[in-house]
Amino acid sequence: MRALTWHGKHDVRMETVPDPEILNPRDAIIKITSTAICGSDLHLYDAYIPTLQKGDILGHEFMGEVMDVGPKSTLKKGQRVVVPFTISCGSCFHCSKQQYSACDNGNPAENQDLGQELYGEPMSGLFGYTHLTGGYPGGQAEYVRVPFSDVGPIVIPDGMPDDDVLFLSDILPTGWMAAENAMIEPGDTVAVWGCGPVGLFAVQAAFKMGAHRVIAIDHFPHRLELAAGFGALTINFEQTDTYEALMEFTGGIGPDAVIDAVGLEAHGFFADNVVDQIKASTFLGTDRPHALRQAIVACRKGGRVSVPGVYGGFIDKFPFGALMEKGLTVKTGQTHVQKYLPQLLEMIGNKELDTTFLISHRLPLEQAAEGYRMFKNEQDTCTKVVLKPGLELA
Amino acid sequence: MSDVRDDAPSYVSKDSDVQTSEAQGGEGTVWGHTVAIMRPREELYAYWRDFANLATFMENIVSVDVADATRSHWTVKGPNGNYEWDSVVTEERPGELIAWEAQGDIKNSGRVEFRDGPPGHGTHVRAVLAYDPPGGLIGKAIATLTQKEPQTSSRRDLRRFKQLMETGEIATTTPPNREPHS
Ligand SMILES: NC(=O)c1ccc[n+]([C@@H]2O[C@H](COP(=O)([O-])OP(=O)(O)OC[C@H]3O[C@@H](n4cnc5c(N)ncnc54)[C@H](O)[C@@H]3O)[C@@H](O)[C@H]2O)c1
Ligand SMILES: [Zn+2]
Ligand SMILES: [Zn+2]
Repeated sequence: MRALTWHGKHDVRMETVPDPEILNPRDAIIKITSTAICGSDLHLYDAYIPTLQKGDILGHEFMGEVMDVGPKSTLKKGQRVVVPFTISCGSCFHCSKQQYSACDNGNPAENQDLGQELYGEPMSGLFGYTHLTGGYPGGQAEYVRVPFSDVGPIVIPDGMPDDDVLFLSDILPTGWMAAENAMIEPGDTVAVWGCGPVGLFAVQAAFKMGAHRVIAIDHFPHRLELAAGFGALTINFEQTDTYEALMEFTGGIGPDAVIDAVGLEAHGFFADNVVDQIKASTFLGTDRPHALRQAIVACRKGGRVSVPGVYGGFIDKFPFGALMEKGLTVKTGQTHVQKYLPQLLEMIGNKELDTTFLISHRLPLEQAAEGYRMFKNEQDTCTKVVLKPGLELA
Repeated sequence: MSDVRDDAPSYVSKDSDVQTSEAQGGEGTVWGHTVAIMRPREELYAYWRDFANLATFMENIVSVDVADATRSHWTVKGPNGNYEWDSVVTEERPGELIAWEAQGDIKNSGRVEFRDGPPGHGTHVRAVLAYDPPGGLIGKAIATLTQKEPQTSSRRDLRRFKQLMETGEIATTTPPNREPHS
């Protein structure tokens, strides 16, 4: 089959690789009909996250048709499914608490050692990510093997187009959980750093959960416009001092909740960010947490900090004093995708949530490498790239 | 320093004499680890007690042939061919504990305990394995075969046991870096 493989920093290629096979009784093989490129893929593309190997197949946002099933799968051939990016068994302690992304059993035992050393606990399994998370081949391919197919995938009713439901695989539940983790109360002002797909869905979700105002922060005008389209106030951090603006909007007390939807590759010419960039490029540090620092400093006393943005290693100059002295609550994590699927699928069906506004580019899978280049270099207008095997460009 | 010990298992002690105190046959290396498994104690006990099952989740075991209620014959991978020995159960309490010890030159013993975890937290399975001193036969064999410390290998075995018991299968991936043939 054809698949997008990683070969190093800014080097991804379409290659012919062996087709996936059923390896375990609960597996299924899915024929991909749509798959997307995510901000998390950019962290891999930019080689910020370690333990990828040359030839690894990327992609964790995908859907398609069931081609083959193991004897313990509950799926049926021909069904259309969206697959969560988290590989979860459904029966361990964490899964029983619906903390699916903390599943104990998704990651092969031999891939758990490094996570145990680095984080004190092994990571769970994720598609198309790193070998810390299992080294599972991803879905930017013609076919993919899906373990625990009786727990993860959600069956899509006939008549719902791929573009409406594809983002159930990651960014829609991620934006939703980001807002849930902000523990929004009536009257709240919620500030969201980053108007990428995750931030934009967090903006929508925050309003659904009763936020009085949402303030969206980015430097790309088109992305800020999309946030404004959902009713958010905007701050362009290149034109405006973000902290001062937030204080003005909130009468000097700060937002009730802050959401970091940027992650470890913050942009911008800020003193701390420049230092972080130098450290990261010389391996003295790993992450560039400018947005997270700013969010913590701006948050009101007793407020909440929600962090969907991905971090992988160590953070310098983390304002822990501000966190403690202001009595903030932090909630974060890879998304517990399975927990949110039924509810979000229903909201899409009822047209309560719009997902397709995000898609700026639809490309044949064969042009995946070009898709990465655009999503990386033309972020303002390239908001989301969806890849479709066999798509004929008109 | 006082002689009174804390409540932690002996094998996590910083004192090397305490650390090896659970060895049944005077072995020099002791490894212990506890893992929480969301299955009933009796079920986990029963699977482990049938030693033939050990080969399903322990990567270095080729086979264990059960001879009678207490004796079994173990075949374990070595760098230059397999090692074999007979093992005998030295203690058992159904649903709670199994202890065994190898007979002969290749000294090793094991003990696994099954206890209820806190409410809602499954069964705590605690395995304690003892083998010859560091650099001895078994330690070297495992290290050569698997390119890692025997402790690492045993911890992985216990994770596979948990996966098998909780999910009915052992997580695996297709070889990630198999050669693309473009
Ligand atoms: N928790 C999860 O399970 C999960 C799931 C998916 C994605 N993520 C993570 O969420 C983050 C966002 O993903 P995305 O797909 O939206 O990525 P993206 O790269 O498309 O968007 C990030 C946005 O942040 C903006 N930004 C950069 N620096 C900023 C700053 N200093 N202040 C304000 N905005 C800034 C960028 O301009 C960009 O628009 C990534 O870290 C991604 O890995 C997490
Ligand atoms: Zn994603
Ligand atoms: Zn699980």
